[in-house]
Amino acid sequence: MPSAHRAFERTGGVTESSENLQKLPLDGWHRARGGRMVPFAGYEMPVQYEGIMAEHLWVREHAGLFDVSHMGQLLFHGPEVDRALETLFPGALLILKDGRLRYSMLLSEDGGIIDDLMATRRGEQFYVVVNGATKEGDIAEFEKRLPRTIVMDHMKEQALLALQGPEAVQVLDAIVPGVSELSFMQAALFHWDGKPLWVSRSGYTGEDGFEISVSSRDVEALADAILADERAKPIGLGARDSLRLEAGLPLYGHDLDTATTPVMADLTFAIGKRRRAEGGFAGSLRIMAELENGAAQKRVGLLVEGRQPVREGALILDGEGNEVGRITSGGHSPTLGRPIAMGYVATPLAGEGSALTLEQRGKLFQATVTPMPFVPHRYFRKQGA
Amino acid sequence: MSLYFTKDHEWIRVDGDVATVGISNHAQEALGDIVFAEVPDAGKSLSKGDDAAVVESVKAASDVYAPVGGEVVEGNAAVGDDPSLINRDPEGEGWFFKLKLSDPSELDGLMDEAAYREWVATL
Repeated sequence: MPSAHRAFERTGGVTESSENLQKLPLDGWHRARGGRMVPFAGYEMPVQYEGIMAEHLWVREHAGLFDVSHMGQLLFHGPEVDRALETLFPGALLILKDGRLRYSMLLSEDGGIIDDLMATRRGEQFYVVVNGATKEGDIAEFEKRLPRTIVMDHMKEQALLALQGPEAVQVLDAIVPGVSELSFMQAALFHWDGKPLWVSRSGYTGEDGFEISVSSRDVEALADAILADERAKPIGLGARDSLRLEAGLPLYGHDLDTATTPVMADLTFAIGKRRRAEGGFAGSLRIMAELENGAAQKRVGLLVEGRQPVREGALILDGEGNEVGRITSGGHSPTLGRPIAMGYVATPLAGEGSALTLEQRGKLFQATVTPMPFVPHRYFRKQGA
Repeated sequence: MSLYFTKDHEWIRVDGDVATVGISNHAQEALGDIVFAEVPDAGKSLSKGDDAAVVESVKAASDVYAPVGGEVVEGNAAVGDDPSLINRDPEGEGWFFKLKLSDPSELDGLMDEAAYREWVATL
């Protein structure tokens, strides 16, 4: 093809060769369905089946099945496991009820983000899902920084599926009755065909949907059962990326890294109220100061004028042409039919409506800071839940 | 009229001293959904190998090089207005630009259609 500036790489910052790539439990299943496999997070993963645009729009209207088995599924237990995890996460875990989950972050001692994650209280245990590209490093951090009394189990035998979209609830409830009773950010154990499934009402597309932890032995049969419903189609990484961008959700290794803090990343919703007052988590001195005074930079959403996508690495300039930030994710929004982006910009220029200039390969683009999400979230929140 | 291809998956259709340039079906398939195309304006002078046009899909941005030199006589406004035309009809209505050949000998050594299709099948 014409020479590409950047091939499709969402690698979480890890340089990848085609060697030493791991295979997903559904590897053959993806190939049989026409999945185009690319390296991602150390795995061969499907970037698309019929095409990114069609898959993206399908998820916004119907239900899309994603294989996210590359992600790390960790189970922690031991005395006061919630308190132990609170030393590394800024989220309020002590008050998290059984079967509830929360978006949080693994922080370094200086408050940088080592990874972002989902943490669920599961009886006496905590179930934590981390990014695929970072899971080995995370595990080393947990081993080093948690007390010896806390036991961590890396659930390598578990696959992870996500079913996302406005029809996901009908599709899944038809074969796993009862999942429709879950509220957003709630999880429980269910059974399908006698096999245990850990089902969370959560995801990373901005749509209603579920994430399903299932044994690698059973994942193919479950995926087939879901796709037997014509409202569901398999969706690749390409659409996963454009969907999460429209939803304003950051991608680790691109929009988040160890040089960003939760305040810079505009993720302060994930810092519990008590935790803001008390601190006591990794990097809390810096993060509490940033909560009070603001951080030097802030993650913002940008609407880009024109039609050309402006992608990761583009510069953000002020009115005088000074560099004031960088684009960390950007592309064409299939839902809005226009280019959108997110990036970090000097906080005084981060307000809604702020007019900025972007520079990509010597070409200038006009852009305006806009609240995220770009496309409204449609999570299912039960009354009184 | 004769049709040539390059190893960069561009095609060149030559009629007299005017060459029409586009990207092959293989190229559009590899790029995926095309969301942006920028073609050169008439009057622009291009040497063989110059950046001539830009094409962007959902996943990547690519340059289209001038496979032969000459003066642009027309850029295809239709692909600027509706870039998906390149996906639908890459070797027909989805052409990028026409140029007046400055040196027809630059066509020497390019593949003909049969050689190109045979080569693509090996990729």
